[in-house]
Amino acid sequence: MTTSDPVLEVEDLSVEFRTPKGVVRAVNEISYQVGTGETLAILGESGSGKSVSVQAVMGILDSPPGYVTGGRVLFEGRDLLTASAEEQRAVRGPGISMIFQDALSALNPVFTVGHQIAEMFRAHRGTSRKEAREAAIELLDRVHIPAARRRAGSFPHQFSGGMRQRVMIAMALALDPKVLIADEPTTALDVTVQAQIMELLQELQRDTGMGLLLITHDLGVVNEVADRVVVMYAGRVVETGTVDEVFTDPTHPYTEGLMASVPAVEAKGTRLRPIVGTPPDLARIPPGCAFHPRCPRRVLENAPPGKDCDDDVPLLLPVGAPGRASACHYREEVLHA
Amino acid sequence: MGRYIARRLLLTIPVLIGASFLIFAMVYALPGDPIRALAGDRPLSEAVQAQLRAEYNLDDPLWLQYVKYVGGLLQGDFGTDFSGRAVLDTIEQRLPVTAKLAAVAVFFEAVIGLVAGILAGIRRGSFFDNLVLVTTTLIVSIPVFVLGFVAQYLFGLRFPIFPTSGINEGLYSYLLPGLVLASLSLAYVARLTRTSLAENLRQDYVRTARAKGLKPSVVVGKHTLRNSLIPVVTYIGADVGSLMAGAIVTETIFNIPGLGRAVYDSVLRQEGAVVVGIVTLFVFFYIFFNLVVDVLYALLDPRIRYD
Repeated sequence: MTTSDPVLEVEDLSVEFRTPKGVVRAVNEISYQVGTGETLAILGESGSGKSVSVQAVMGILDSPPGYVTGGRVLFEGRDLLTASAEEQRAVRGPGISMIFQDALSALNPVFTVGHQIAEMFRAHRGTSRKEAREAAIELLDRVHIPAARRRAGSFPHQFSGGMRQRVMIAMALALDPKVLIADEPTTALDVTVQAQIMELLQELQRDTGMGLLLITHDLGVVNEVADRVVVMYAGRVVETGTVDEVFTDPTHPYTEGLMASVPAVEAKGTRLRPIVGTPPDLARIPPGCAFHPRCPRRVLENAPPGKDCDDDVPLLLPVGAPGRASACHYREEVLHA
Repeated sequence: MGRYIARRLLLTIPVLIGASFLIFAMVYALPGDPIRALAGDRPLSEAVQAQLRAEYNLDDPLWLQYVKYVGGLLQGDFGTDFSGRAVLDTIEQRLPVTAKLAAVAVFFEAVIGLVAGILAGIRRGSFFDNLVLVTTTLIVSIPVFVLGFVAQYLFGLRFPIFPTSGINEGLYSYLLPGLVLASLSLAYVARLTRTSLAENLRQDYVRTARAKGLKPSVVVGKHTLRNSLIPVVTYIGADVGSLMAGAIVTETIFNIPGLGRAVYDSVLRQEGAVVVGIVTLFVFFYIFFNLVVDVLYALLDPRIRYD
């Protein structure tokens, strides 16, 4: 774990979707940092705003209906949200790049994979057609695609799911980005292939020293590869800390619930304990703490002032070891429970 | 691919036989006597009439007439019209005229339709987009012959920019009829392009292209457009065949001596050989351009495989 200077800092980022049915606040004042060589996982259920937040960071939010309503996205100290479109574009690729969940739909069906990778060099460095193609073949080789030279002329649909994701990774790494954002990179893959892809990402991270921002709902993946974790619920960060801390000693009831819902080897034969209820509709986020309707520890009656779970919105405040924080009124109690 | 094309070409034979027989039967079923109509006010003698009937096999039953006609075709004889002129001559003389008209129409269809569709698709909900939607709806709902007369009146008489009739001014005289002929397809192409572009702009690979830091012009002009144009190009290709056949109305309105006009005149005169010959040719063009489209489709979309 190397927590050197953060390369990417997100501060109080808010995103809302303006739909005909009303405004949906998908991301609410979230903050996190990714350092060189560090892996930060953003953990959350679908609809928690984790993907939307990184789309805003990348500047590829579909707008309309999505709008960034506040905050800063600092890349190497520069705010991308106030940068010109041209400056933002120059960062995408060489600065920050991104891989997506479903590589089949994320790759263009009518161009060969070699062409799509080579395009990175041609667009950002003006490399000649021939050199760009050679560089693309090299990259395919680096992500361990067999017969890379021949495969560069194949189309996305001619690859298996795992190989396609490797192509996606090769494309994202073409210009040696400082930060790679991986949005559920293994969700669409078989379990065995998932492990291979995660290994590949770790191997490439060791080689290049890039920061990795991993969006996932897979606790196992987080546990294995991440240094620090940001847990999101209903568009807010509810807990953050190192993976060891958060996994062994959660400070938010939602994280607690997540941990309890994982089948553990030592708990074989006992029932799984899922979190009751469903995640809230972002257009109708419950008042107070968004998690309170599902929370086993909620305090609704005779709460201390400012700590009423269905009335007072809990702030993300430090708890336990330095660098840890939790957005629960009763974080100290949860930590020491 | 080669085997696929060969198989498709073989399949055109039964289609052509079936189509030509149907057309033949329809001409046969037309009310009235072609020989008497040919004579007009001054009745021909019974002997002459009988001789003409014998020459054109008009006394034979339908099936025998058809067999004799196909027998001629196989020897390269397309038959003759009532004035003794070989149908093949007529086709040779008129095909270039119709081809030129269809080419002008396809040009308008592709250029105007695509440009309007792309601009509308990129800026959906804009003034231009709404203008395209209203205009295309209007065009689609007006019959071609009305459009033809309106065009003749406006641009031929009121503001005499274009000739209203004939082909005496070369390519220039094809512009107005070409535009009228293209109008309906043009509207469809514009709408198809607009919808296809708008749909593709929502695809994941467009987001990837943006995440790659490509210029917006490349994201739309290369990645999105290349995918959006697949259905449009296939539509235009298939439409070439329809445009040649659809020229019957336009050629008649603008008095253009093409194949369509010839069919129209021959139907009036019940000249079976001419009608069947030309309409079967239309059918062949239609099938041929559909085959071209299928081949084109495989070239444009690498996911399509025929073997």
